[in-house]
Amino acid sequence: MNKTCYINSASSISSQNTFRNNNFFEKIIIHKEKIANAIEPNYSKIINPISIRRMSKITKMGIATAKSALKKGNIMMPDAIITGTGMGCLKDSEKFLKSIIENNEKFLSPTEFIQSTHNTVGSQIALNLKCKNYNMTYVHGSISFELALIDSQLLISENQANNILVGGIDELGGKIVDDTLVLENDNENGINVPLSEGSHFFTISSRKNANSLAILKGIEIYHKISKNDISNKLNLFLKKNKFNKIDVIILGFNGDIWDKYYKILTDNLFKNTPQVQYKNISGEFSTSSSFGLWLGLELIKKQNIPKEVSLNNIKSNKINTILLVNQFKGTQFSFVLIESII
Amino acid sequence: MRKNFVSITGMGIISSIGDNLEENFSALINKKVGLDQISHINTIHKNKIKVGEIKHTNNELIDLLCFNKNENYSRTELLGSIAAKEAIKHSGIKSIDKFKTGLISATSVGGMVRTEKFYLNSNSDDNSKNYVKNHHAGRSTERIADTLNITDYISTISTACSSAANAIMLGARMIKSKKLDRVIVGGTDSLAKFTINGFNTLMLLSEKECMPFDANRNGLNLGEGAAYLVLESEEIINKEKKKVLANISGYANANDAFHQTGSSDKGNGAFIAINKAIKSAKIKKEDIDYINMHGTATINNDLSEGAAIKRIFDPIPPFSSTKPYTGHTLAAAGAIEAVFSILALNNNTIFPNLNFKNKMPELNISPVTEITQKNLKNVLSNSFGFGGNCTALIFSKNE
Repeated sequence: MNKTCYINSASSISSQNTFRNNNFFEKIIIHKEKIANAIEPNYSKIINPISIRRMSKITKMGIATAKSALKKGNIMMPDAIITGTGMGCLKDSEKFLKSIIENNEKFLSPTEFIQSTHNTVGSQIALNLKCKNYNMTYVHGSISFELALIDSQLLISENQANNILVGGIDELGGKIVDDTLVLENDNENGINVPLSEGSHFFTISSRKNANSLAILKGIEIYHKISKNDISNKLNLFLKKNKFNKIDVIILGFNGDIWDKYYKILTDNLFKNTPQVQYKNISGEFSTSSSFGLWLGLELIKKQNIPKEVSLNNIKSNKINTILLVNQFKGTQFSFVLIESII
Repeated sequence: MRKNFVSITGMGIISSIGDNLEENFSALINKKVGLDQISHINTIHKNKIKVGEIKHTNNELIDLLCFNKNENYSRTELLGSIAAKEAIKHSGIKSIDKFKTGLISATSVGGMVRTEKFYLNSNSDDNSKNYVKNHHAGRSTERIADTLNITDYISTISTACSSAANAIMLGARMIKSKKLDRVIVGGTDSLAKFTINGFNTLMLLSEKECMPFDANRNGLNLGEGAAYLVLESEEIINKEKKKVLANISGYANANDAFHQTGSSDKGNGAFIAINKAIKSAKIKKEDIDYINMHGTATINNDLSEGAAIKRIFDPIPPFSSTKPYTGHTLAAAGAIEAVFSILALNNNTIFPNLNFKNKMPELNISPVTEITQKNLKNVLSNSFGFGGNCTALIFSKNE
């Protein structure tokens, strides 16, 4: 039996002005370029300036949001640090790879290699906090963050942790991102939101506190679901979690041909439900669904859906329960269900 | 008592000492090592270092798998598919759909082994253009899932050299919590220019065959391989009257929180992980009959790991590192050594720590250096990685 998992805090760095900003809804940025860089804070007030110099963007974004989520959640030392990243430390990986090829395997920097491993952010947070507890990194495309969430839920249920720091992080790289753009642009059915990056950390706890935002009611991932089966799978998921009505559905539309999966849901099961998208403002990246969750919590806090993300202009009297659905090119499906406790 | 266990009903492996379980076991008991010079990768370090390379080319692996020749597979996908298929067969699974089945795979190299071929000349043909789609680490897991027809829960873990041990641990937890009835767990990593050069810049590669726990050890040999275990719920075991190879009785994960690539002198992360694993198995530390060590033969790892076991055990149980056979297979190491640990249990045999001559002066501990027959009930397997990730697993006889 799953124990209740409270989401007690959230922190975001994204291509929107989301870090420590309560007014993001009022100034949503519409990105015109094909690549949307994260809006980064001044890190020198958050991370030791001596360590900052060697850190790549993904680590800086990760540590800043992790610390901010811990602070808001009033947690000094988490019982577990769990991260998800689809592409990992792309910048350092590409730098190291480029030097190998261009310099014929000579004059290489060990730092780039050290910082290229996927668990760099999770372990840098552990180092920063001197946290010797459970530490895990999931690296599976667009379900990387959800896999981290599932592990959090599991740890709470096993009574192995009371307070968990969980996050999704991805950074834009170099040539790999350019080559991805070429592929998507060459294809009329390709992604048409900007490629982007971001870091979203949350604290998940077995205990409710004064700042608690929501309960993580349910989460499931699938490698593959057929078009004929998506509604059925989602119905089963809602039934399993004892939900028959949800107030808002948040979907991972990114403009590519695979949006057809979302259309099946928005045209049928959730036709009369307020529908929300987010990749038009966050951009697409492997862990962009963590922006989706962060946005969901904002909707709960503000009880308002900004027009930039609203898909059908249906208003909800109260935003209490939210369902998030994401997939990437017909694979890596995730369903996440949250319920407000504000 | 039995209820606390998760059962292993099948295993599969490919490493530089063999393409399957039988060949690996035979090599282990005949002291046949898999370390040699590199033949498949065009690197300037080719004639300098020794590695645990699987001698088959990618095309030969594709033939072994009866895969479509026109597709562009990464070596991690091919190695992983071979080992995972053997595990399914070994477990006697006829239908994947019959029970809720998941796949948890570990990798550190992932798609990099293919990306490094196409990165700077990616506009020539479709296969090379598509390298970006296949770069992410989860791709190898998806390929294995498709080979096995797994559509439900699949997951990829990357915590450097402790990755596969974490995949095994997560699998056991998913079964215990009844989120899955059956799960295939393990890891796959292939040799790549990326990792060869990475470890080389850190000056961690040995030019000779590695010497774990020896005073004169001078670094590790990289290796490649894949291994998977089939874990099944008690319900399946009873319903299908399955033969249980061993149980996963204990596990723990901790972080050293000391340095991005180095372990603390006292092995703090390892100390916590091993102690917690023993506690979770509900056994006493005296019940550990053999330790399959991480034992990479770097100056730092062996000292730190040795210090940790010295702090925990008195006397220290028989221990050995099997890395001199296979090389260090990075994210796959925890799974390959899980298979070796279970083979040890099933055959009451401790595999030797080859190349050991002199004790480390700091610790005064000696590994098992000859093939040793001993009744084994509980085997501890250690896996540690960059980023301070430490995981300990305990495998026990099903009694």
